Amino acid sequence: MPTLELSNPAALPADWRDFVALTKPRVMSLVVFSGLCGLLVAPVQLPLVLGFTAILCIALAAGACGALNQWYEADIDAKMRRTANRPVPAGRMERQSALHFGVGLSGFSVLLMGLATNWFAAALLTLSILFYVIVYTVWLKPRTAQNIVIGGAAGAFPPLIGWVAATGHVATLPLLLFAIIFLWTPPHFWALSLFVRSDYAAAGIPMLPVVAGEQSTRRQIFFYCLPMAAAAVAPWALGLTGPIYGTCAAVLSLVFLVLAARVAANRATEPSGMDAEKHLFAYSVFYLFALFTVLVADRFLPW
Amino acid sequence: MVKNDDDDLIRKRQRDRARVVALLLGGFVVLLFFITIAKTGMNW
Repeated sequence: MPTLELSNPAALPADWRDFVALTKPRVMSLVVFSGLCGLLVAPVQLPLVLGFTAILCIALAAGACGALNQWYEADIDAKMRRTANRPVPAGRMERQSALHFGVGLSGFSVLLMGLATNWFAAALLTLSILFYVIVYTVWLKPRTAQNIVIGGAAGAFPPLIGWVAATGHVATLPLLLFAIIFLWTPPHFWALSLFVRSDYAAAGIPMLPVVAGEQSTRRQIFFYCLPMAAAAVAPWALGLTGPIYGTCAAVLSLVFLVLAARVAANRATEPSGMDAEKHLFAYSVFYLFALFTVLVADRFLPW
Repeated sequence: MVKNDDDDLIRKRQRDRARVVALLLGGFVVLLFFITIAKTGMNW
């Protein structure tokens, strides 16, 4: 009679909740939200079910990226407190299962997007997956401190994809939404990497605070906020949105700049003294949600 | 020999995963139906 030793938990079939965890649901929420906003501000309204499917595909693709990222970075995740309990490094799932799940979900999301909306949106979805997995995760992240600068493009695709799913073509407004997220990504991640610097250093990831130090990172956070703020008000300045969006974008960006200036002025080297960085990180998430909410409100409300 | 506890855990996980896959497949069939309706121009 065959015997089976289960001393390794990965010998068990993984729990379905671990597959959900592979998709990084919290990260997915911002991706889904920005994709939905791109879809909603488009001048063409899709039938409800097709709009829902487009957003579902963006969510599935984001989940696939999370799974492929965790497949590739299982060794690195095991070295960082923040990620050590993920399904693969914690031994609750075979590494190959994460790969198969990620590849399957990627293919499914692209095919469904193409069938339900258009193949241009599906091509952009493919590009965003490949960019995140190959350009960011495999190539840039372990090699350069500028990983998050170029890699930020991967997270900037959803509003563009949402727009293209509705219209079938690219226009100035979705390109500006792409630019906003692209320029928002470095300050957002560098604020986080400042107060989890030791984690990245332990894992050998060359994040900017590890390579260039805290002060250089703080200065760069502030300097990246300037073009980000300009991109945020550009839709109004170019006449693509109304004054309500323009006013809110200016106020939200001004607060972002003030918080970034506080970070630039901070000299703390230990996470316990990095309240300014923690505030900026939390605000950066709120900022993107608020900016995109106002953008959609500006499109639909008669003010 | 697989211990009884491990065997139960394996069966439970297989059952749970089968249920989740069945639900997802059911949802996918419903979604495909409505996509087909929308694509053929009958926007309900």
